[in-house]
Amino acid sequence: MAETSIFDQILDYSHRPDPYSLYAELRKTPVLRWKDGGYVVSTYREIVALLHDPRISSIRPEDVGGGPPSAEEGLPGLPPAFIRRDPPDHDRLRRLAMRHFGPPHSPGRVEGMRDEVTEIVTDLIDAFEGGNQVDIVDEFAYPLPVTVICRLLGVPREDEPRFRGWAAAFVETLDPRAGEAAERRRTAAHAELGAYLNELADARLRQPSDDLLSGLVTGDGADGRMSREDLLSTAALLLVAGHETTVNLIANGMLTLLRHPDVLDRLRREPDLIDPLIEELLRYEPPVHMSPLRTALADIEIAGTTIPKGAHITLILAAADRDPDRFPDPDRFDPDREDKEHLGFGGGIHYCFGAPLARLETRFALSELVRRLENPRLVTDPPPYRQNPALRGPRHLLIEFDGVVRSPA
Amino acid sequence: MRVVVDLTRCQGYGQCVFAAPEVFTMHGQEALLYDPDPSDEQRERVLRAKAACPVQAIYVDRLAAHVGGGRSQAYPGAGDGDGFKRSGRVVIVGASLAGLRAAMVLRREGFAGSLTLIGDETHEPYDRPPLSKQVLVGQVPLENTLLPRLADLDAEWLLGQRATGLDVTGKRVHLADGRQIGFDRLLIATGVRARPWPNEAEAALDGVCVLRTIEDATRLRQRLATGAGRVLVIGAGFAGSEVASVCRELDRPVTVAERGPSPLAGALGKVIGAIAGEMQREHGVDLRCGTTVTALEGDAEGRLRAARLSDGSTLEVETAVVALGAVRNVDWLEGAGLAAGVWGVGCDAGCRVFDINGLVTDDIFAAGDIARFPHPVYEYQFLALEHWGNAVAQAEIAAHNMVSDQTRRWAHLSLPVFWSSQFGVNIKSVGVPTFADEVMITQGSVAERRFVAVYGYRGRVTAAVTFDQAMWLEFYQRLIERAAPFPPDFDMVGRPAVMEPVPAEVPQRIGVAQGATVVVTGHDPGERRATLVRPQ
Ligand SMILES: Cc1cc2nc3c(=O)[nH]c(=O)nc-3n(C[C@H](O)[C@H](O)[C@H](O)COP(=O)(O)OP(=O)(O)OC[C@H]3O[C@@H](n4cnc5c(N)ncnc54)[C@H](O)[C@@H]3O)c2cc1C
Ligand code: HEM
Ligand code: SF4
Repeated sequence: MAETSIFDQILDYSHRPDPYSLYAELRKTPVLRWKDGGYVVSTYREIVALLHDPRISSIRPEDVGGGPPSAEEGLPGLPPAFIRRDPPDHDRLRRLAMRHFGPPHSPGRVEGMRDEVTEIVTDLIDAFEGGNQVDIVDEFAYPLPVTVICRLLGVPREDEPRFRGWAAAFVETLDPRAGEAAERRRTAAHAELGAYLNELADARLRQPSDDLLSGLVTGDGADGRMSREDLLSTAALLLVAGHETTVNLIANGMLTLLRHPDVLDRLRREPDLIDPLIEELLRYEPPVHMSPLRTALADIEIAGTTIPKGAHITLILAAADRDPDRFPDPDRFDPDREDKEHLGFGGGIHYCFGAPLARLETRFALSELVRRLENPRLVTDPPPYRQNPALRGPRHLLIEFDGVVRSPA
Repeated sequence: MRVVVDLTRCQGYGQCVFAAPEVFTMHGQEALLYDPDPSDEQRERVLRAKAACPVQAIYVDRLAAHVGGGRSQAYPGAGDGDGFKRSGRVVIVGASLAGLRAAMVLRREGFAGSLTLIGDETHEPYDRPPLSKQVLVGQVPLENTLLPRLADLDAEWLLGQRATGLDVTGKRVHLADGRQIGFDRLLIATGVRARPWPNEAEAALDGVCVLRTIEDATRLRQRLATGAGRVLVIGAGFAGSEVASVCRELDRPVTVAERGPSPLAGALGKVIGAIAGEMQREHGVDLRCGTTVTALEGDAEGRLRAARLSDGSTLEVETAVVALGAVRNVDWLEGAGLAAGVWGVGCDAGCRVFDINGLVTDDIFAAGDIARFPHPVYEYQFLALEHWGNAVAQAEIAAHNMVSDQTRRWAHLSLPVFWSSQFGVNIKSVGVPTFADEVMITQGSVAERRFVAVYGYRGRVTAAVTFDQAMWLEFYQRLIERAAPFPPDFDMVGRPAVMEPVPAEVPQRIGVAQGATVVVTGHDPGERRATLVRPQ
């Protein structure tokens, strides 16, 4: 079918550098039927409607009815984390995690990490001194969020080589092309990561500190405490979601600024531009292009099509954010845009839990790169991309510069 | 700097609280309270909050202006063949939310003529919802509730000036000081006032309060901040319930006397009202339904001392808050020949006011709490809404139509949306919950005070109410707009174990126009007239 091939083209690795022109084509069929009876939705209004539609479930079809997936290789299976749960469980678990992260109980927690984030950013950029080329991804955009989420959660930063592989297995299943083998790898990784976090949780129970893991193992609120299994799944989700996404926002951000030297110049002169700029970035070059996580619980009529009960639904958030029916001149990067109602962090009850942290990290990351790198320029454009079409971003981003402005300290 | 959050749009994502925790706070899971006038030190953070809000509901130094429906809308210019847009005279009577909003839209649409705002309050326009919430509890100072100053409005402000009459044929508004202000087009936005305690002598006792204006709030805040005794709230509508909530938050003992079967029954029906009643009792409110206050008693100095209730009891109280609803500010329109009465000012869906015969006028418009307009979704019945969001939306329609010719006029068809925060819960509604015969809980848990209730009338969905579930409201709004069948019969996330519609037990809708009678006189079609018979 000619119709279905457009989405296959988008998924094809050759289109990773520029999926946007294909999104325009895709939007001509707002609700597209794809293989195996799945549906792909790509227009703004329709996606917003579906994000707020209670007839849509985020539970993995294989988890429906059954309890936690069966054990693999002798490791205990873990229940799905709240990103793959529905209300009321989703709401309860998210609320319990939020107790230690944001309002109403800990409204100052994320802002409180400001100094730490600045320090990490400063150290990473200090390390560029002496050279005149850097891979923004490996030497900056990846280590920053990993270090931050490790500190927040209370996971030793040195263990990064261990959980890097597990995280990759998680992220792989977000690729709409992923098959059962990937799903099996994820289940195994989930169990291994769970066992790893379980040891940390035990340690925190014996000796609590001020990190999130300690909060989760010791805390009780009105909703009670999380079971140990749910706690491990939650911590695993935060660990993975906390860096596999932010890395792309920082890398995409630098790439976009270098492609728009006028904006980069302006940002140097007007540091306050950074906040609206980040929101525009989340619209224009978002880290999360698609959410392949949903299933229809009932027949859903939308944009003249009926998505039948049981159908799998993929939301192309990045296509919606370029929808000319919603954003005038959508392919223009314009930080002055008044209207910033983008879907970069999703929407509805699964709206990104870590959005405030991601914003904080990206704010300091981009501001400092722009302030400190003298005459930065792209070495290759487009840069090489990661495989994944859902979490899309450069695998490497080589930048040349003339020098590094010393940090004041 | 001045901040307005369009709480009809806010879905409780809390991103603003992360960014500026000293300005935005979350009361319970979803009820957002904020300081409308934070200090300039907070500017950077507030702007960050504004940028981050996922539904872009935060306005800084501007009045809420979101165009519903998510689509950016072009504003075609009006046909200015008559030159009205260039040099006409617009007068707006009532300088509050609806009046200010209309003024702003008029200018945005290119109206360059003279613009006069007449308001009987001496303050700059201010926002009322905080008065029964963050202001009353003392979280935000009273003077912080002023609405954004619109520097580029270029309007003449006649504040502290009362309109006392309207000459429709001579196109003049009469002021209390004898002046007359001529207009080409007029907007009536005089809103409502608190219904006073019916016994005048009792109402005059020191300690008997109402809550509508900034002065009312100052007085009540003063009494709540200093005293310690029991507070009596008379009437458990939204205002009364919010006051009771604030009393409990301040640890003041409070009795709520409600004539009806439950709190909020007038707006949400008895079934959902009963849940609000349980919430009140859980928070230590002495709630007495089916009970009226029969007398308020003072001491020799004229201070309130006690209240007698219809259940036979006498309460010792020094503060009583009369929350018996509102009276529409139509007195100044007496004799003007418009369809104005206790029910408000009748107008068409384009906000054009009807004259007393039901003929639509072309130069007189109405918007906000004062207006009463037909809504096609509700069988063209006339609705009068005392909702913040309605004032904002309707004022925009009115202003647009004031500068547009016949072919470019808009109809006010947006569904009513209301919010209230009480006892740490954010209550929102969409549609008209009293337009219902049945109601059903479709999502969440009543026990946890987090649920969605859907209302149906003759087999179609007409309204929905959420308690701390605002993110789903949009979905139900679309069901209403599409006249979806009731009860909804599809599977949903968070469905309760039992899903069964029950009778909604809403009040009679006819009630609003009680006491208003019209007689029709004359025989020839050319001389038939309707005349209002005013209640004594
Ligand atoms: C305490 C309180 C809490 C509220 N909370 C909520 C809430 O949580 N959610 C919600 O949706 N809504 C709430 N509301 C309702 C909301 O504030 C109103 O819907 C809104 O104020 C309506 O605006 P308006 O401009 O139509 O009328 P008003 O605000 O009533 O303004 C009318 C103005 O006209 C003036 N006026 C009257 N007669 C004359 C005259 N003859 N000459 C000159 N001026 C005159 C009045 O003094 C007043 O200033 C609340 C209201 C109050 C009082
Ligand atoms: C720029 C960086 C980030 C982007 C673009 C991003 C994007 C998203 C998106 C689009 C979703 C919704 C998924 C869906 O509905 O299908 C989501 C959910 C989520 N994100 Fe993020 N994210 C980022 C950073 C983070 C960080 C730093 C954390 C952790 C601290 C995090 C934790 C989560 C969690 C836990 C969820 C699931 C929420 C739920 O199901 O309720 N994210 N994110
Ligand atoms: S929706 Fe906007 S205004 Fe409402 S709580 Fe969230 S960020 Fe704040």
